[in-house]
Amino acid sequence: MKPVNEMKLVIPSRSSNESFARAAVAAFIAPLDPTIGELADIKTAVSEAVTNCIVHAYRDDLGKIYIQAKILEQGRVVIRIRDTGCGIADVKKAMEPLYTTCTTGERAGLGFAVMQSFMDKLRVTSHPDRGTTVTMEKRILSKGA
Amino acid sequence: MDVILTAEGELVTAALSGEIDHHGAGEIRQRIDELVQRAEPKELILDFRDVTFMDSSGIGLVMGRYRLVQSFGGTLCLRNVSAPLKKVMKLAGLDRIARMEDTRPGQKL
Repeated sequence: MKPVNEMKLVIPSRSSNESFARAAVAAFIAPLDPTIGELADIKTAVSEAVTNCIVHAYRDDLGKIYIQAKILEQGRVVIRIRDTGCGIADVKKAMEPLYTTCTTGERAGLGFAVMQSFMDKLRVTSHPDRGTTVTMEKRILSKGA
Repeated sequence: MDVILTAEGELVTAALSGEIDHHGAGEIRQRIDELVQRAEPKELILDFRDVTFMDSSGIGLVMGRYRLVQSFGGTLCLRNVSAPLKKVMKLAGLDRIARMEDTRPGQKL
């Protein structure tokens, strides 16, 4: 399907970029006139995916986070967030609620659970040492549809 | 994000503001804990009235503070939680471990 609009963004994996990433995606989908709830859902899901890149994929170094967003017909929004970091050996396990490998901070282990419940579709593909790609989709139901 | 802390009698209130994410949560956590560990209040109130965004880092922030106040027999109150924030909190069942209250005019729980 031919996108109505699309954007690409590459940012270094600094935690200060978490807010920039979700604000950029929010600005991109603004023409669809999302509700406060829809906008919060998308910002939260983007924030989780980007934080995963920073905390897990590039845990010990600085890498690049590739964000791609598309607006398709009927208000469908597809967001892809990709890293070339350490990858996930067991994606199924990583997606279990409350599962976390982070021992230093206070990570709740709910990143994927948030993405899953706040978006309509979530797909995660990962290869150890090559990186992870998270693809999420949500249909914005308000005026833009 | 920022936090304004007040200790009054057996209460400590942490008025949070801005966006709660992984980037800012660490410092806020330290500042709250410093006072709470010293004061050991009967109740810790986290006020979300001026919080404009929260992801699952906020869940970690609430859960960690819950465990801290529990360690000396205190309770936790989550105040003025907007609908989008409540959605994140309910995912982790935070509404079951803390008292939720709303002091904003015209807002019901």
